Amino acid sequence: MGILERQFEENVLTTTVDAMVNWARKSSIWPMTFGLACCAIEMMAITVPRYDIARLGAEVFRATPRQSDLMIVAGTLTRKMASVLRQVYDQMPEPRYVIAMGTCATSGGIFNTYSVVQGVDQIVPVDVFVPGCPPRPEALIHGIITLQKKIEQQKFLRK
Amino acid sequence: MTPELIIDKIKNRFPDNILSTKVEFGEGTVSIKRGSLLDVCRFLHDDPELYFDFITDICSVDFIGHEERFEVVYHFYSVRHNHRIRIKARAPEKDAVIDSLCPIWKGANWLEREVYDLMGINFIGHPDMRRILMPEDFAGHPLRKDYPTEGRGERSTFDFIPDID
Repeated sequence: MGILERQFEENVLTTTVDAMVNWARKSSIWPMTFGLACCAIEMMAITVPRYDIARLGAEVFRATPRQSDLMIVAGTLTRKMASVLRQVYDQMPEPRYVIAMGTCATSGGIFNTYSVVQGVDQIVPVDVFVPGCPPRPEALIHGIITLQKKIEQQKFLRK
Repeated sequence: MTPELIIDKIKNRFPDNILSTKVEFGEGTVSIKRGSLLDVCRFLHDDPELYFDFITDICSVDFIGHEERFEVVYHFYSVRHNHRIRIKARAPEKDAVIDSLCPIWKGANWLEREVYDLMGINFIGHPDMRRILMPEDFAGHPLRKDYPTEGRGERSTFDFIPDID
């Protein structure tokens, strides 16, 4: 930054485009409600003041995929629901992220049966897996922070 | 009415169609011939002393290896008289059909669809014999005892994922 030092007017910062865009993206991850089972109760709990996901800029749960950045798959995904999940994912604008919350969404969990999809990564690309049955809200918050760190590493002008 | 009185009343009305009766834990159970199901149930519903106006549930049992493989279990309740009865009827695997109770109780509609979906028993006279729980293109009836618990690969075949690349 040596050449650029003191070349601009006051109140001007120099940064990279990647850093600025990634900062903007990670600071407002609007999740979409995709509660499928008991994990959804823990997912709701992260918005309350006790856990306060607003600190991460992610408190605005949207009821439509078209306004969301992050899909938290919270619960058991059955084969019949799988096409719906994929359709909702396809309706989300890019960049979009997926957190597989809980053991069921990660691997099917205890439901090794004919009707339960053995992991949502067969349907959609998953960014972060959060283990637990169900995970505590702290675990999900850790998952969101992990996702934020992942977003920080992204390069979107050059690959 | 006590279960014993209800069973006696059914026995007197249909002496030839009762296979066995049982009272356990204060609950009466009547096993009947498959062909007489509609007549017996019409009697249970219409008789003023019985007046079973509510069908609580329909279950099915898979006695694999038996000649009469499937058993359908009906639970009835009378709101007016506060008494219950359980009716059982069996069907062989080759001819797994039984009369629908939809003409008597409209509430039997979805219950019979569930039995059809998961056990594969057809109900004659049902107005809308479709699957209710499993996907419409699902093959087989997963609660049958000869159906593998993990399925036959349906859970990991997805025809809806778009081919982007």
